[in-house]
Amino acid sequence: MPDLRFTEQALSEWMRSGGSHSEIVISSRVRIARNIQHHPFPLLATKNQADEVLDVLAPVVDQNQDAGYGTFELVKLDELEELDKKVLVEKHLISPNLVNDSRSGAVLLNEEESVSIMINEEDHLRIQCLFPGFQVREAWERATAIDDIFEESVDYAFDDRRGYLTSCPTNVGTGLRASVMMHLPALVMTKQIGRILSAVNQVGLTARGIYGEGSEAAGNIFQISNQITLGQTEAEIIDNLHGVAIQIIDHERNARQRLLDDSALRITDRIMRSYGILSYAAVMELKEASQRLSDVRLGVDLGILKAPSISVLNELNVKTQPGFLQKMFGEKLSSAECDMYRAKLFRDTLGITH
Amino acid sequence: MVCQECGVRPATLHFTKIVNGEKTEFHICENCAREKGELIPGTSGGFSIHSLLSGLLDLEGASKGKSAAEAKPQDVRCEECGMTYGQFSKLGRFGCSSCYKYFDKGLDPLFKRVHGSTSHVGKIPKRIGAQIQFKRQIDELKEQLQEAIMQEEFESAAELRDQIRKLEKEIAQE
Ligand SMILES: [Zn+2]
Ligand SMILES: [Zn+2]
Repeated sequence: MPDLRFTEQALSEWMRSGGSHSEIVISSRVRIARNIQHHPFPLLATKNQADEVLDVLAPVVDQNQDAGYGTFELVKLDELEELDKKVLVEKHLISPNLVNDSRSGAVLLNEEESVSIMINEEDHLRIQCLFPGFQVREAWERATAIDDIFEESVDYAFDDRRGYLTSCPTNVGTGLRASVMMHLPALVMTKQIGRILSAVNQVGLTARGIYGEGSEAAGNIFQISNQITLGQTEAEIIDNLHGVAIQIIDHERNARQRLLDDSALRITDRIMRSYGILSYAAVMELKEASQRLSDVRLGVDLGILKAPSISVLNELNVKTQPGFLQKMFGEKLSSAECDMYRAKLFRDTLGITH
Repeated sequence: MVCQECGVRPATLHFTKIVNGEKTEFHICENCAREKGELIPGTSGGFSIHSLLSGLLDLEGASKGKSAAEAKPQDVRCEECGMTYGQFSKLGRFGCSSCYKYFDKGLDPLFKRVHGSTSHVGKIPKRIGAQIQFKRQIDELKEQLQEAIMQEEFESAAELRDQIRKLEKEIAQE
């Protein structure tokens, strides 16, 4: 029976602390993809071959529990309930891919859930490190250190010309995907976001909504990540992302200031209304919830609202996703019931309980 | 939300397509997006999946101009996993690490399109690293040697040749 503590709490331990620029950057994430030599990639692997991969990779961490990255626990996907899988995806601890397309998929999680090592995802091994706020360099340092631990006992598929060989051609080379999750309400409100995102595109980065949505980001949250993995060093990739993120942070700050200077009353009104609606509504759709949460988060950042704390908002963001609601209020919720319980959760948390 | 194409995987791509003034919303998973060859319009004209898709699809078109069958035969097969180049270009995924070797000819244009580059300059696994460092050094020296010969700088060419020989000896001893 797997340990279910990972799916009972909405907030991972690592999310409780802020990190730098946390008023704009919610989290930083680094993922590196690795494969074992002379093993078919998970796409083609038989159940037996996938089990072999699991047997090779899972014990590596066990033998290195003292390396300073916390105690790891192995969670096998086929031992989890559907709902628990959904929750792990909503917490960004595993990818939808691991749930849907994986034979013998598993994940190694450390206690604070800042490291998540996926086995038999699209690649044999995907090491993911999550840090709060703007800490993309720190996330890379930890990921590469864990990579070194695996490399001591695993023969990686590596080619001196192509680098680390991955299942998808878009990951070959460094296998590195670094990203920062940013809350950019002022850039959206002032309609500068389109221009900024297309500029981001021109320097080899991409931007998308947090749950993978394309044209419309839920709650003004965008994930900026590198697109190129071949022909650049890891340091160049990280520096490039770092530099661009700093510029976006700057633009967002300026846009927030301009909103305050030019239309303080309107922006205050919008924030107060959203806070009021979240505190009193009886029905709350997910889409509206993310927009209202975005307004409230902006209100807290600008000092217009004194409460709730950013950590409470982060928690609400995760808890009001469908998987979590079902876990809390019953597995067979209709979408109308989801909307009702979501509203209840907001009322309860934001202090209005009648 | 479930993908409207396969009805199995969760929809991770949501977008609106406007055809003849008519708006249609799409909710599909990445697999189906790739299979259908849908591009993601997005406000900014491109998200990651976009370049992946156009990279893979353009490759198909690009090779048609040349003597396609020769440049990239669809039935070249990876002898380790059995995947053919045709399957690879449909799936957009390699079957195993040896596919890189068997499909090598067709890969440079693909990597150029997706990454703007064809060779790795980043991290090297420590255990096999020493060998590769030597090889990279030798390759570099060989380029310098070519240059020296072209410029008719025979003295430095001889020096470079000796350096290369020395390094090659060291590799052989490892
Ligand atoms: Zn689908
Ligand atoms: Zn193969």
